[in-house]
Amino acid sequence: MEAAVTQAKTPFQFATASYLVLIGNQECSNIVELQQGIETCSDASIFYHTFQSLERHHFITGGFSNDFAQWVFASCNRPSLAEQLVSLDIRDYVSLADLRGDLRRIVADYCQAHEREAAQPAFETFYFCETIEEIVPLGIEAWTLEEFRDGLKALAHASLQFHFITSRLRLHLHTNDFSNWLSKELGLDDLARKVDQIDVYTNTLDSARITILKLLDRELGQ
Amino acid sequence: MTQTTTDVHVSTLDDYAEVLGAAAIAEIRALAKRLQGRTVLMVNSTPVGGGVAEMLNRAVPLMQELEIGVRWDVITGGDDFFAVTKAFHNALHGGTFDLPEESFATFLAYNEQNRARLHFDADFTVIHDPQPVALIEARQNHGGHWIWRCHIDLSRPNRKVWEFLEPFVSRYDGAIFSSPEFSRQLPIPQYLFYPSIDPLADKNRELDPGVITEVLQRFGIDAQRPILTQISRFDRLKDPLGVVRAYQIVKRYFDCQLVLAGGGASDDPEGEAVLAEVRDAAGKDADIHILDLPPWSATEINALQRASTIIIQKSLREGFGLTVTEGLWKKKPVVASAVGGIPTQVIHKHTGLLVHSIEGTAYQIRFLLSNPAIAQRLGEQGHEHVREHFLITSSVRGALTLFLHLSGKESK
Repeated sequence: MEAAVTQAKTPFQFATASYLVLIGNQECSNIVELQQGIETCSDASIFYHTFQSLERHHFITGGFSNDFAQWVFASCNRPSLAEQLVSLDIRDYVSLADLRGDLRRIVADYCQAHEREAAQPAFETFYFCETIEEIVPLGIEAWTLEEFRDGLKALAHASLQFHFITSRLRLHLHTNDFSNWLSKELGLDDLARKVDQIDVYTNTLDSARITILKLLDRELGQ
Repeated sequence: MTQTTTDVHVSTLDDYAEVLGAAAIAEIRALAKRLQGRTVLMVNSTPVGGGVAEMLNRAVPLMQELEIGVRWDVITGGDDFFAVTKAFHNALHGGTFDLPEESFATFLAYNEQNRARLHFDADFTVIHDPQPVALIEARQNHGGHWIWRCHIDLSRPNRKVWEFLEPFVSRYDGAIFSSPEFSRQLPIPQYLFYPSIDPLADKNRELDPGVITEVLQRFGIDAQRPILTQISRFDRLKDPLGVVRAYQIVKRYFDCQLVLAGGGASDDPEGEAVLAEVRDAAGKDADIHILDLPPWSATEINALQRASTIIIQKSLREGFGLTVTEGLWKKKPVVASAVGGIPTQVIHKHTGLLVHSIEGTAYQIRFLLSNPAIAQRLGEQGHEHVREHFLITSSVRGALTLFLHLSGKESK
């Protein structure tokens, strides 16, 4: 019950992010070209095809991870490479450079080991795009755990994704906005850790929210 | 006289909360708040008919409700102008261009006439499609941000026509395309905005089961047996003969029906020929229902889609494919060709099944008829995909984000 009355020094400010998609001038028609594209595309492009892709497909829980993996699977018919790309968990990354490095390594290893397959033309072309982010405060803030729960309940998907998943890149920490605030401001380290453990690949954003709300309610003794 | 559309009844933003949730609507309002008092001018070439007018008819009132000063003007022109723009349209889709050199002068003369007639005093001017593209000339006297929105596929344009239009396009602050595949190499930023459907329009709103039953009865379709449906104009690029062939393969295994419904046969000689070919291919099979529907058949199309077991879109070439969007919105499993904007909507094995041949189409239909639980999951995920990305509210959100982005550039 103590958690219910603890007041933060700094409130949690709910915000949303809205994205503009820029069409890049890069495209690829086979896996060798994908490797080149991953090496040279912008960080904003890596973000769009990984972090943002997860948001765009948050309602899919079975096997969708990023645009690269899906293209390799559906357009190149290379399930083993797709599997490796799918297994990259964006939550392990606090910098896009590191994520790009691992993507590049996986695709390069495949190209080296499967020279012929990597050069075969895909059914459809892959187009590199990138994201421009516009962050807009929602004007809702929480000073207590209860207010935080009420705010979380009313969030739309874009906002949830912004605070829960893409925040790693902003914070440069292996955590999310929610856990960061719960730990720093309310001293709820255990709750913060449990929130951060929720698997965003096997949950939809809605089911992740439900799990967080249950954890908050338990903390509030409700 | 400027033609301004002001009297079209449309749903309010809050009405969309029932499909999107109140939080998503609140986010749109939060985005718009930073743009209050700013002005937007939309310009296209027709107030009714066609996807652009339909989209503007919905989006403009929603943006006005958000207290953004949006005005929608329509350019005017004589038959000679529209003959040129029709020829441009076909040529930009990859066709030939056979009009004389003077047609370029005709195009410019009407654009100039409209430039003199319209008022370009908005903070953001969005010019839709090639017909009014030369209005960019007005920019030097009025300023503001200018965006060209291209709703057509420019992937294989006729060189002569594109070389004429490109210098105008390159003077805009940015261009919007419906798919990366449809875009061109340009010196300006190119944004990706998907087309959208209105979930509250007659073609997409929820229907009373009685309405669906009545429509099926009217067309002699059996509600008790599987219904495979393709909604499309009778056009060779939609491959209706391929659909009939795929159905005939499936029919060996399942007692199903095929509905091919669309228009375009009555006012288009080629459509009439295609319709005759389809009827011929169908032969005497009473389970193939070929429906040449008039343009005012939104409710009928809605009912047919909702009654369907599987929606097919076996196009050989496609724009974005809004009939796919409509099918997905109705939670239907979709089997569709991997062409144009379809792979953006149908994520293979997640929101539907992509195919590349008649045999593949037949196989995936058989797979779905044998696995209704998978079909249901695809339909549900397809519905969510549309809810997130391809509804009119997403278009409004996208436009607001673009305007915010351009406003942010002003202060840098």
